[in-house]
Amino acid sequence: MIPIVLILALATAYGFWHRSTRGVVKQRANKYGSLNEEVLGAPLGVNATLVQFSSVFCTPCRATRSLLQNIVADMPGVVHIDVDAEEQLELVRTLDIRSTPTTLFLDSHGIEVGRAVGAPNRAQVLTALAALN
Amino acid sequence: MTQVTSQKTVKKNVTIDARGPRFSAVLTLFVLSLAIYTQSIWVLAIQIIVFAIGAIKGPQFTPYAFIFRSLIKPRLKGEVPQEDVRPPQFAQSVGLVFAIVGLAGIIANIPLLFTVSLGFALGAAFLNAAFNFCLGCQIYLLVLRLK
Repeated sequence: MIPIVLILALATAYGFWHRSTRGVVKQRANKYGSLNEEVLGAPLGVNATLVQFSSVFCTPCRATRSLLQNIVADMPGVVHIDVDAEEQLELVRTLDIRSTPTTLFLDSHGIEVGRAVGAPNRAQVLTALAALN
Repeated sequence: MTQVTSQKTVKKNVTIDARGPRFSAVLTLFVLSLAIYTQSIWVLAIQIIVFAIGAIKGPQFTPYAFIFRSLIKPRLKGEVPQEDVRPPQFAQSVGLVFAIVGLAGIIANIPLLFTVSLGFALGAAFLNAAFNFCLGCQIYLLVLRLK
């Protein structure tokens, strides 16, 4: 009985921690220079770019994709790029993407200034974009 | 060289009622707890069969999914949340691997291996049931990166 209780207690603690960190946009010190169209496969936005890394076995990736597409639709100069992590493993390693969805917030120069691991909500994305402009 | 996925994922995939896998996780949680508590090879065998069906055929074909469809789903109201079948199928495969390692632990008479590997499966089932945890989101990329 003790192992079961212990496992459930650990899983509960992890679950609350995990949930509280999902979608939080963290500021990032730039470690790898700027990203460009050649690397990402689509042109960057004039003002900002949201680069989402997705994978096949990821349910919240769908919701994140539609949220981000919906947000950028009303914002001229802001672009959403969805990257299949599986097809870009080298880039995934370079950028140290560990789980999906991970969304990078790039400034007008293609430099990562923020990163959200897990599905962000609308307010989190809007706040991060407002800080970029 | 590069490709944007939004053009690629237009292909229609099988979707299922997203509440099904979560209900199945609750049953998995109980069966795995029982397996750990009793250290019974037979209880574990039942869960291995369920995981195997879920991993190979799909999570909508397991006995747990059958229980969900016949007993639970008719009593649920509201819009049916749809989910791509592949993330829960991946989670079933991960569960299957841990359960088989646990089985090996019983057969080889290594109780620690049994408890630890079933412990991971139990933890994952609990996170799925209680927090709607996405195992594929956390593990799949890490596995790919190891290559």
